[in-house]
Amino acid sequence: MMTTQALPSALAAIVDDFQALTEPERLQLLLEFSQGLPELPERLKDHPELLEQVVECQSPLFLTIETEKAGSPAGAVRLFFKAPPEAPTTRGFAGVLHEGLDGLSAEEILSVPDDMPELLGLTRAITPLRMRGMTAMLGRIKRKVAASSAVRS
Amino acid sequence: MSYPVEQNEKFAAYAHPERLVFTGWLAAAIDNGAVASGQLVVVESDEDVLLYETGHIPGAVKIDWHTDLNDEVTRDYVDGAAFAELAASKGISRDSTVVIYGDKSNWWAAYALWVFTLFGHQDVRLLDGGRDKWIAEGRDLTTEKPAPARGDYPVVERDDAPIRAFKDDVLAHLGKPLIDVRSPEEYTGQRTHMPAYPEEGALRGGHIPTAASIPWARAAAPDGTYRSREELEALYLGEAGLSEGDDVVAYCRIGERSSHTWFALKYLLGFDSVRNYDGSWTEWGNAVRVPIAKGAERGSFPVALGV
Repeated sequence: MMTTQALPSALAAIVDDFQALTEPERLQLLLEFSQGLPELPERLKDHPELLEQVVECQSPLFLTIETEKAGSPAGAVRLFFKAPPEAPTTRGFAGVLHEGLDGLSAEEILSVPDDMPELLGLTRAITPLRMRGMTAMLGRIKRKVAASSAVRS
Repeated sequence: MSYPVEQNEKFAAYAHPERLVFTGWLAAAIDNGAVASGQLVVVESDEDVLLYETGHIPGAVKIDWHTDLNDEVTRDYVDGAAFAELAASKGISRDSTVVIYGDKSNWWAAYALWVFTLFGHQDVRLLDGGRDKWIAEGRDLTTEKPAPARGDYPVVERDDAPIRAFKDDVLAHLGKPLIDVRSPEEYTGQRTHMPAYPEEGALRGGHIPTAASIPWARAAAPDGTYRSREELEALYLGEAGLSEGDDVVAYCRIGERSSHTWFALKYLLGFDSVRNYDGSWTEWGNAVRVPIAKGAERGSFPVALGV
């Protein structure tokens, strides 16, 4: 079993919260993350073509990243997600990634292990198909971050 | 004790109208206290494991296809003891009237109904139109979880044979009607999973030779209700070429979408012998030396193996 030591601190705290709970409580927490997922800013709402669909997710999930130009050389990466309210599981995982990764540097995001979703302790309650969707969501973010930081360096 | 059945013109045309209820009927039954008294048990069964928690029909309990109905270890359904415990914990007794509804035109609700039927539960019905229609009509939703009094449910041995087909049953069935309810892309073999859904381990694409392609959602109207008897006959007797009295097997990817079609054939059109092949393409598309047809043509049987 992987530990949370390798994770950025906000994400590690979320994983610790999940791991401390029983399975029904974990689902409840995921629901709370789905409710906490921020709305898209207006400039992205009007431009759905700027978002990419993660086709591996069972429900429509779109995301994009932006790197803040000002600030430290590393540049904070902002994450944006769009998922319908009738897809709470997908939204919940987007909420976990948003709270755990938004505002971090490209290096920190790229350091997150690909199988991080397995750490949430949901593999029994959530079907393998959906777990793969979660892993794909993280993978897509990391690919976009890697591409974006390669362009900048 | 059974709760009175729905009476309306659309349902009256079906072979077993007592298997469906209308949203207005359910709302009235809730108002009359039938759910609060436990006479009627409303069950929500969705694809998304968290959807019920976002709001559900007042008094409805949740049954999740993956965590509640599937065995955790073997690829099979739960056994009689586990089902009895599940039912009792949800306030369901052997003689309860159970109304099931869910998302996506009752796709998963029909699957749950089919599993209830494996255990011979007598009075189990679908809410026509499911969750989406209930919401579209602006009816009440709540996030309050009911705490039903325990039901009294005996340990009943599952009786698979009448409505469930295994791979060997399907091999023996070849030459008799099969309905493939997957998307056209899955049927032709262009892909092994639903459009916009992840690729999911089937080593071969295509369909079981001779199967007619009738994607499951064609049995549903835009509002998620089942199409009328006349429309269903045009689809299954006309297009698929079924005849009255046929012995039919329906399949999809894991048996969920085909439960929706199974319900239409069994209860709405009145075919006595309809089985759902729940192994479906995730078994057939991985099995060694079973016949497969590719492309839009149904293909023929017998086929030569290994050529």
